[in-house]
Amino acid sequence: MDLDHFTPWMSLAGGLLIGLSAAMMLLLHGRVAGISGIFNSLFTRRPGDYDWRLAFIAGLVVGGVALVFAYPQGFGITIDRSPFAFIAAGLIVGFGTQQGSGCTSGHGVCGIGRMSRRSIIATITFMATGMLTATAITFGLGGSL
Amino acid sequence: MNRVSAFVAGLIFAVGLVLGGMTQPDKVFYFLDVAGGRWDPSLAFVMGGALVVYHLAHRYSGRVASPYHTTRFFIPTRSDITPELIYGAALFGVGWALGGFCPGPAIVAAGSGMGEALLFVAAMAAGMALSRAWNVHKANRKGPTRIS
Repeated sequence: MDLDHFTPWMSLAGGLLIGLSAAMMLLLHGRVAGISGIFNSLFTRRPGDYDWRLAFIAGLVVGGVALVFAYPQGFGITIDRSPFAFIAAGLIVGFGTQQGSGCTSGHGVCGIGRMSRRSIIATITFMATGMLTATAITFGLGGSL
Repeated sequence: MNRVSAFVAGLIFAVGLVLGGMTQPDKVFYFLDVAGGRWDPSLAFVMGGALVVYHLAHRYSGRVASPYHTTRFFIPTRSDITPELIYGAALFGVGWALGGFCPGPAIVAAGSGMGEALLFVAAMAAGMALSRAWNVHKANRKGPTRIS
C-alpha cells in the first residue's frame, strides 16, 4: 500500500459532497445523478427534459474552471500515457457506459445506494475489469501505454 | 429555480470529485492497481462517503409524495440482467483503467483545461454516438420496427 498518497479524509469529504449532490438531484428533481446518461442525453435532445441536464453538466464544467484556480493540485497527472491511450479510453468508456446503462455515479453511487440488483452487478463487473486492466498495464506493459 | 438547483448540484458534484481525488488519473489508476505495490485505497472512501449520504436520501425519498421541483420520481426500476449490462460495464472498467478517468471527473477536468481530459471527453462523446448506432443496428436485426 502507498501511504504517501493515501488521502482518506479528503476523499471521504469529497464522497460526502458527491452524495449531497446526488441527494439534491433525487429530492429536488426526482432524478438519478448518472453522469454518463445525463451527458449522453445532451446529444439526443428531447424537448421539455433538457434544461436540468444541461444545467447539471454546466455545473460540472464551471466547477472545473473554478477549481483549477482554487485547487490546482486536484488536476495532476504523472502516469505514462500517450494521447492515443486517452482517445481509446474515452471511446471505450462512452460505448461501454451507454450499453451498460451507467458509470461510477449512476451505478456505483445512486444504484447501489438504492440496492439495485443491476447496479450492484454492474459495479462489481467494472471494478473487476478495471483492476484486471490496471494489473495488466503494470505487469504486462511496465506501466506505460 | 429548476435550472439553478441542477447547476448548483453539478458544482457541488465537481467539488466532491476534485477533493476526493477523482480528477487525478494517478489516484484512479493506483486504486485499481491493487497488486502493483503502490495501492491507493482513497477512492473507496469517496464511494463510501457518497453511498452513506445517498442511501439516507433514498430512504427519505420514500416518505415524500414527490420531488420538490417536479411531480414524480424518475428512478430506474429494471432488475433484469442483460448481456448489454455485463459487457457494457466490463468495457467501462477497461476504459476507466486505461485513461484513469470516468465520465464525471473527465468532464470536470476538461473544464479545468486539462488536455488529456479534453481528448478523453471528445472520444467519449464519439463512443456514445457509436453506442446509439449499435442500438439502431441491433433493433434492425431483430425485426422491421425501427427505433430512433
